[in-house]
Amino acid sequence: MRIDAKGMHYRPLNKIIREAAASGEKEFELDNIGGQRYIGTGLNDSIKITINGTPGNDLGAFMNGPKIIVNANAQDGIANTMNAGEIVIHGSVGDIIGYGMRGGKLYIKGDAGYRVGIHMKEYKKQVPVIIAGGTAGDFFGEYMAGGIMILLGMNGKAPLVGDYVGTGMHGGVIYIRGKVDPYHIGKEVSCLELGEEDMKLIGAYLKEYCELFGFDFNEVMGGKFTKLVPLSLRPYGSMYVY
Amino acid sequence: MESQLPAEFVVDVDYEKCRRCKRCVMNCSFSALEFKDKVTPNHRQCVACHRCATFCPESAITIHENPLAYRYGYNWTPEIRKNILKQAESGGIILTGMGNPKPYPIYWDHMLIDACQVTNPSIDPLREPMELRTYLGAKPECLEFNSDASLKTELAPQVKIDIPVVFAAMSYGAISLNAHKALAMAAKRMGTLMNTGEGGLHEDIAGYSDNIIVQVASGRFGVTSKYLNNSAIVEIKIGQGAKPGIGGHLPGEKVGEDISKTRMIPAGTDALSPAPHHDIYSIEDLSQLIYAIKEATDYRKPVSVKIAAVHNVAAIASGIVRAGADIVVIDGFRGGTGAAPMIIRDHVGIPVELALAAVDDRLRQEGIRNRASILVGGSIRQSADVVKAIALGADACIIGTASLIAMGCRVCQKCYTGNCAWGIATQKPELVRRLNPEVASDRLCNLLSAWGHEIQEVLGSLGINAIESLRGSRERLRGVGLGQEALDILGIKHAGIGQ
Repeated sequence: MRIDAKGMHYRPLNKIIREAAASGEKEFELDNIGGQRYIGTGLNDSIKITINGTPGNDLGAFMNGPKIIVNANAQDGIANTMNAGEIVIHGSVGDIIGYGMRGGKLYIKGDAGYRVGIHMKEYKKQVPVIIAGGTAGDFFGEYMAGGIMILLGMNGKAPLVGDYVGTGMHGGVIYIRGKVDPYHIGKEVSCLELGEEDMKLIGAYLKEYCELFGFDFNEVMGGKFTKLVPLSLRPYGSMYVY
Repeated sequence: MESQLPAEFVVDVDYEKCRRCKRCVMNCSFSALEFKDKVTPNHRQCVACHRCATFCPESAITIHENPLAYRYGYNWTPEIRKNILKQAESGGIILTGMGNPKPYPIYWDHMLIDACQVTNPSIDPLREPMELRTYLGAKPECLEFNSDASLKTELAPQVKIDIPVVFAAMSYGAISLNAHKALAMAAKRMGTLMNTGEGGLHEDIAGYSDNIIVQVASGRFGVTSKYLNNSAIVEIKIGQGAKPGIGGHLPGEKVGEDISKTRMIPAGTDALSPAPHHDIYSIEDLSQLIYAIKEATDYRKPVSVKIAAVHNVAAIASGIVRAGADIVVIDGFRGGTGAAPMIIRDHVGIPVELALAAVDDRLRQEGIRNRASILVGGSIRQSADVVKAIALGADACIIGTASLIAMGCRVCQKCYTGNCAWGIATQKPELVRRLNPEVASDRLCNLLSAWGHEIQEVLGSLGINAIESLRGSRERLRGVGLGQEALDILGIKHAGIGQ
């Protein structure tokens, strides 16, 4: 189904998508998107939505299955509390990406804003993944409880990542391609070298990522990565007295 | 460091009566009783949960406050001295549970209800129907009808409750699955609602969706599109009366395998919700989340926003209503919690009576009171509080601590330890087993039935036959022992003043 969304409010637009998906439509192409919020929000069906233009906030919030491709930049709150599915952004994104994300993949070609992956989670095999090709702002992975975040810095901008990386982190893992100055890193986080297992893990995701955006896989993998993991599963355990 | 803290309680065992059955020892979950030839108390461990005394077949156990005298000091109370000792030994923030125990004024106890005499007859609730039904959700400005008298106005989703009392948000994690089951079963039987709190929904109670409020808090624990749709109402938790301005706190002791699964966090970690929702820094951001939830539920569920009662509560509530919330929940500073820093619980927030009056006034002045229902809690202790809250302007009340007490809680304030001897605020399987969901549910239903009858008695004495007729009718309340400023905020006259 192809929809010209020019001048359309998000509410009728999303209603059309919801109803068509419920009656079996599998592919959607949305043209002239300009800031409409909540596209893909709460959808459970295995559908594909291609977005031409810049979608509004909360793209794919609470989403549980669909694949969304954005052929432009995107705004704030992408993959908010997303449970399953895949979002591919051929551009840069705003703030609070992947907040409370529980599963699925979010691949961003360019930069990401502040507060990416706050309180991401995981349980056993359900592990969310965020990869951004450029840089990211402050509070990257704050309160992270699970999941995998990879930041590549392919556009050579500095600094790679803002302050307070992984503050309050108590689960999950962050891989940053390049050196991260210690003063950027939260005090609940330890910096490690990557082992063979790590390279295998990120290699699997980055292969897929590079194919999507046309990056050279060997060049990406050839960079020197820093691995950030929580120092403790219970960072504030001794702050309280019973 | 050796602790200098004296025991809070002293356990007395009457060895004349004791027949050494060890039932008390088996029931104590705080290691305060041992059997060494005879039942031997370890007074320091006792929290006065009464489990041993309740189950002693000979009534041989009594528990006293430790009578250890301190030199009198109005300023340096024993509690303050003990807290200093505790912090000098640990360097930690003092964590506590349940609601604010401090002797701040309780405005409910300074309000009295009117009754009919001679000129305006009362109604006998034993013989005549008394309506307690309430609909929660946004109401339209006006109603329009088609020519065939059918309703033209599109109504926002409404949730019917048969008694204006709803169980407050208490998470799976803070309380046990058996406690959640009991609340869900009682809510269904009594035609009201329970609230999952922020810990997600266990599949065992997913079948009670018509009687469940599901909560979305800053930790986003257990939140999926299925969860949002498996509900009567979706609630965004911004704040909690016991701990305004800080996020949820589930100590690692209570995060076992099953909690780790529903919350998707590592086992043994402290489940800390960030203090703010990181996607909400303004009323506009709040509106964004409200409508994200409405989109995800196809506009079929009322969306509620829960806040703690704080100084500027009226303006905040106005913003919440304008942001699109269908229900505003105001939780006063005496509200309960499973775990909160004592400094926050005991010193932050304002009484819900004043907050409710201020919010109801503000929404009326702005002409938007119809756009949201108001629920209040923290702490509603008895049906009289419910009646007074509704007369002040609330649509319904939420009860947390009262429902726990009905299930067996002794308000020992040790919820955060995970050792609840009554199987309520614990995740230890051997303790959870102690709470029979069927029995606990019966106790909850009995409490609500009793309150329902009491509310009907009061309505009858007021000469009205529906709770709707009482809502916001502050003329039926009078203050006693209140200053002019409190009377003005509450919008009531002092006792002794007629119409």
